[in-house]
Amino acid sequence: MSALIINFTLNGEPANARVLAPLSLLDVLRDQLELPGSKNACEQGECGSCSVMLDDELVCSCLVMAGDIEGSRVTTVEGMANGRVLNAVQQAMHEAGAVQCGFCTPGIVVAATDLFEANPKPTTDEIKEALAGNICRCTGYGAIIRAFEDLAGTT
Amino acid sequence: MTTRSAKRVSPVRDGVGSSPLRPDGVPKLRGEFEYAQDLTAENMLWGATSRSPHPHARILSVDIGPALAIGGVHAVLLADDVPGRALFGLEHPDQPVLASTKVNYWGEPIAIVAAEDEDTARRAADAVVVEYEVLEPDIDPEEADAQDDVFRRMKIRRGDPDAAGSVVVEGVYEVGMQDQAPLGTEAGLAVPDGHGGVDLHATSQFVHVDQEQVVASLGLRSDQVRAHPTGVGGAFGAREDVNLHIHLCLLALHTGQPVKMVYDRSESFTGHVHRHPARMWYRHEADDRGRLVKVEARVLLDGGAYASTTAAVLANACYFVVGPYNCDNVFVDGAGVRTNNPPCGAMRGFGAVQVCIAYEAQMDKLAEALDIDPLEIRRRNALHRGDPMPTTGQIIDTPLPVIDVIDSLAAMPIPDSAATLPGGSGLTTEKEHVRRGVGYALGLKNLGFSEGFDDYAQARVRITDDGAVVETAAIEVGQGLVTVMAQIARSALGISAAEVRHVDTSKIDSAGSTSASRQTQVSGGAVLEASQNLRDRILVHHGGDDLSDDGVLSEGEVIVPMAVLAAEGWSETVTFRHPPTFAPDPDGQGTLHADFAVAGHRAVVDVDTELGLLTVVRVDTAQDVGKALNPESIRGQIEGGILQGVGLAVMEEIITEDGVIRNPNFTDYLLPTILDAPDVEALLIEEDGSWGPFGAKGVGEPPTISSTSAVLAAVRQATGREIPRAPVRPEDIAL
Repeated sequence: MSALIINFTLNGEPANARVLAPLSLLDVLRDQLELPGSKNACEQGECGSCSVMLDDELVCSCLVMAGDIEGSRVTTVEGMANGRVLNAVQQAMHEAGAVQCGFCTPGIVVAATDLFEANPKPTTDEIKEALAGNICRCTGYGAIIRAFEDLAGTT
Repeated sequence: MTTRSAKRVSPVRDGVGSSPLRPDGVPKLRGEFEYAQDLTAENMLWGATSRSPHPHARILSVDIGPALAIGGVHAVLLADDVPGRALFGLEHPDQPVLASTKVNYWGEPIAIVAAEDEDTARRAADAVVVEYEVLEPDIDPEEADAQDDVFRRMKIRRGDPDAAGSVVVEGVYEVGMQDQAPLGTEAGLAVPDGHGGVDLHATSQFVHVDQEQVVASLGLRSDQVRAHPTGVGGAFGAREDVNLHIHLCLLALHTGQPVKMVYDRSESFTGHVHRHPARMWYRHEADDRGRLVKVEARVLLDGGAYASTTAAVLANACYFVVGPYNCDNVFVDGAGVRTNNPPCGAMRGFGAVQVCIAYEAQMDKLAEALDIDPLEIRRRNALHRGDPMPTTGQIIDTPLPVIDVIDSLAAMPIPDSAATLPGGSGLTTEKEHVRRGVGYALGLKNLGFSEGFDDYAQARVRITDDGAVVETAAIEVGQGLVTVMAQIARSALGISAAEVRHVDTSKIDSAGSTSASRQTQVSGGAVLEASQNLRDRILVHHGGDDLSDDGVLSEGEVIVPMAVLAAEGWSETVTFRHPPTFAPDPDGQGTLHADFAVAGHRAVVDVDTELGLLTVVRVDTAQDVGKALNPESIRGQIEGGILQGVGLAVMEEIITEDGVIRNPNFTDYLLPTILDAPDVEALLIEEDGSWGPFGAKGVGEPPTISSTSAVLAAVRQATGREIPRAPVRPEDIAL
């Protein structure tokens, strides 16, 4: 099998990956591109820990074939902050105590950032709907909901 | 008590009682926090494990030739390659590091592989050829009990067996096998040190006991193995037992290269122990005012194939068999049995969770039989400080605000929650079939280790250029220990600049396990005492009357700046022990526990009685916390613990068929999502008198004890059905 070189935009910078086996985007991000922020917790699209933006779409990177991302824009949790300054979603989670073990956190940061870009004042139901694909085992979601209710009230 | 020289402690920033931001919050939010899954090293190999597809079989032969023939494979190791102790186990070493003659559960490891990449390692593990003689699996815990195939039996005999009440209620209850399902799977990296030793960085709740087990099985000297705390993605009991730790070190020393291993989710379901499934028979007798006269119970826990912590879980189930209620006559027979089902062990609230489902159902049955309000019957039976434990006779000598918990629950308003209809986006439920139910439950549990276990934690506090540094091997699993230990140091020292740094097993003695709700009390106790001693020594040495971020003060003036203190190298190491406990006598009597905590829950559910679907609308709680060192962090423990309890009540169950797990993945093992999470109102009850730092009690487990029972009680009230099992399934409601 010959390797495929994939060119794409990663967190605003040109990137490429060498894809030999049927790798997922998550494999490429974690193992080749040294961006371990996206987490592998279920590898079947149930938990959302590996969520990234693919062009303008929120996806589970474990379900995206790396060979399919040629020419796309990929934004991971590592591309969410404004340099060293947390984005509003990250800051709201930090202040609300919405982080415990942190393994679900990158996926929730990506999914919630997507929500607030599309809808700066979501209702509580809209917040829950947007995060229904992200499993958190530690917090019971209470602090996560409070973080984004507060953010919705201030944006 | 030592006399403290300090005359006053200046107020500090972010001390106890406040809720400072987590020190690891920013790196976690940026995706920069390093978990065991993220570790790498130069020349690193990947490990993988070859596992049994049978729950019970004789191993006739193993051929590693096909695995070794794959390019890029560096090692394939079997049981004969284990140089030291062939068995491991947290309490009793009974589990083979690698099985050689027989497999006793589905997924038991037989061979381990190291290869140049993860995919090759997994292919090589699959290429190991094992010839089996398949045996019938023993999967019935009742049968194992009859055969006396047990890890432990428990007997509690207290009071008069002939005591009789005027009202009798009986029940048989069942609890399914729950998985901890921490989001981070098992992962680690072992690095050979070039001198025959190894450094292990792996997911854990207790690095010192991992280190001991690696030392034993590798046949090394203790100083040759160092276990390092590393980033852990949740635990909930799943990381108390060794899984990949010995394997990684074997492979690293065999190949002379660093070896990394990460379980995938399916492998994780076989790679750690689960919450014990339970069958419980109960008989309560009460007088005509509802006061308990006698409780009899039989508790059967399925321990699965190996011992793990079954003995401790069974003990807890039996000691807390009555709950937070007075009763003078208690008779319990318990058994933790061996089968070919998946091994079971620690999970949040171990043992206390299972029996709570039964005893709270019994209390509601009594209330109904006597037409007494469910909270009133609990109030009439409530345990108080100074009362004997109903099971062990131990006099409770720390605060136990059972009455406050009941009164708080009674006083909390039930908001008019307009919940979405059960059934979610399917919109199958019709409103006229929905009935609302409200249920109450209380739970009691011990804090810290019991039955005479020497339960201690060491911590060191140093003064550096950065301020105070707390050194510890106590594992942070997400609960916020790194925050609260720094808060304790700040308040005790009077210095706001304080942080926690993890050090490996060679640099500090054990902190004990991050389990049994113990670290805030035990490691926190060590931090408090070390900080107080250090403060005293510094003030005496320099003749000051207070410490601050600026240095030593005398009458408000800085007499020794902090930089000078740092240069002087102040350091204090303390090993803290909680009050001693003792082994039980043959009747299960004695002073067995160091401390207790009580919590109560009120659940509101909407049930579609036609389709058997339900929504948990809200779960409110009052919890005994001693002293709230970090209220926001406690709230996080409460909300997270409640949702795990709700999960056990309504959806979480490992399904086994002839010993094989049928749902080892997150598609089929259901976990609560944000749409399943009830609203929670939490009231923290503070009362002085516990031995924890500043009077604090452990808070991790109580939210998980009675939340399940409260949800079941609410479903009972809505449906009028007995609901004798957790999780409750649609067919339990609608058929």
